[in-house]
Amino acid sequence: MMFAVAAAGVVVTMIFAMARALMGPNVYNRILAVNVFGTLSVMLIAIYGFVDGRPEFLDLSIVYALINFIGTIAVTKYVTFSDMGHGDDGDPAGDI
Amino acid sequence: MEMILDIVSWVLITGGVIFCLIGGYGLISLKDFYARLHAASLIDTFGVGLIFIGLMFQAGFTLVTAKLILILAFIFFTSPTATHALARAAINHDVLPEVDTEEERELVRKTKTTTQGTP
Amino acid sequence: MNIEIITSDVLNVVTLLFMAVTGIAIARIRNLFAVVMLSGIYSLMGATLYVILDAVDVAFTEAAVGAGASTVLMIGTLALTSARENATGSSQAIKAAIVCTFVGIALVYASLDMPYFGDPSAPIHHHVAPRYLNDSMAEIGLPNVVTSVLASYRGYDTMGEAFVIFTAAAGVITLIGRGRREKSPSERKTDSQNIMKRKIVLRVVSKLLIPFILLFGLYVQWHGDFGPGGGFQAGVIFGAAFILYGLIYGLGTLRAALPSWVTRVILALGVLLYAGTGVVSMIKDARFLDYNVLASTPTGGQHVGILLVEFGVGMTVFAAIVTIFCAFAGRAAADVNTVSDQGGAGND
Repeated sequence: MMFAVAAAGVVVTMIFAMARALMGPNVYNRILAVNVFGTLSVMLIAIYGFVDGRPEFLDLSIVYALINFIGTIAVTKYVTFSDMGHGDDGDPAGDI
Repeated sequence: MEMILDIVSWVLITGGVIFCLIGGYGLISLKDFYARLHAASLIDTFGVGLIFIGLMFQAGFTLVTAKLILILAFIFFTSPTATHALARAAINHDVLPEVDTEEERELVRKTKTTTQGTP
Repeated sequence: MNIEIITSDVLNVVTLLFMAVTGIAIARIRNLFAVVMLSGIYSLMGATLYVILDAVDVAFTEAAVGAGASTVLMIGTLALTSARENATGSSQAIKAAIVCTFVGIALVYASLDMPYFGDPSAPIHHHVAPRYLNDSMAEIGLPNVVTSVLASYRGYDTMGEAFVIFTAAAGVITLIGRGRREKSPSERKTDSQNIMKRKIVLRVVSKLLIPFILLFGLYVQWHGDFGPGGGFQAGVIFGAAFILYGLIYGLGTLRAALPSWVTRVILALGVLLYAGTGVVSMIKDARFLDYNVLASTPTGGQHVGILLVEFGVGMTVFAAIVTIFCAFAGRAAADVNTVSDQGGAGND
């Protein structure tokens, strides 16, 4: 029963995050919304693993958390430099 | 013993859900991008943390708890880093926070130029 | 009714609703950058749906590839093209809508003939599936039936998939090139002198995380016999660690750590390992990809064969992901003027 409550709470927060992803006036709001959505997916899968009684799903949660992080960094880097291979060419703003 | 574990889990999970909802509501209704960053971080720390600790009490001392601790540690490391990256990218690209007084506006302008040089 | 079943059903419906909303938004929004972000959400929801439908291995791959690698690579593509979609004329819209409606009605009518989900008398449960499920433990001895079906019973198909990935990476190399040239030693020295001036948050955090990500990739590779995992997922995770390194330290530094000839060799070695296992079986007087003869007992042979074959797949997938990322990112760097800021890539 408590897992159902947790899943319901997470789903409602996902609706909020998706609303921000659709509304966001500029790109940074959307990146933030997708990041939050990813973390909520991690939570939803972990909770669902307990609902179903199969905790092997936790490997999946680890991968999600990882992918979420890498995706956010990639997108932020692209938006800053319009180029994902940009590195430390002596430019002090060259690090995010 | 089971009852106590269940009650503790209930309390923690309900607390986690409340924080998630507060963070989500802040994500929609706050008017400034940097304020929304704060709201989102509520979800990433208290939301995930309390719910996962509640789940850990349900799982007991097994491998599942170890994996949950691992995910928590990972999210605690990476979520502030992503927020930091996003905030710096935004301020270097002229997404200005809404501030009321002139001296705060001066501070914002100084922040933008100094983020480029100092460690 | 049981609360767990209600929760599963409600989550099923909610996930599909999210996918529908995201799909409509993807079709309507013109800003391509927002579209890429929304397609990341779409893949995440797809993976959640697979979890709810009990297909964990598929969800694993969808999460790793669809939500992660695809988003990163599509961002790389956006760097090479414009960031807004042109509005198309609406004169064809009515005819298009009518055709789509008719096709949709036909499809729904056809789907009424299909058996219900999970119906035990459905044809799919009566041919090879019972044999795989019943005999897998005795013949192969792995708890994860998905891996035993993928790598042993249907090993020939999986070899085809590995070759498809190899061909995709080879095509990218042919069309786009290998990416930026590697840094000369003098450039690298200047970079290390400048490091003290950098903001160090991302660098420190990524240095902390990359070893654990690599270790997790190895765990997923070898643990695929007992839980969700296997070669495809492990290759993507391993590649993601190198992509993170390349994103934070720059493409030149990534190329210095992992030169392009190493990536190409690993790409080819993976499929060579796979096909080579089959050839070794033939040399030992069995059929192609028959693992029973690879060790002293048939189940031992199956274990050895599946291990080698999954490792081959993992190597090829890893090399393909790194190759494609370096090709896209290197091409963008060559074309775009990196000093001046290209500005509002996605400002609406």
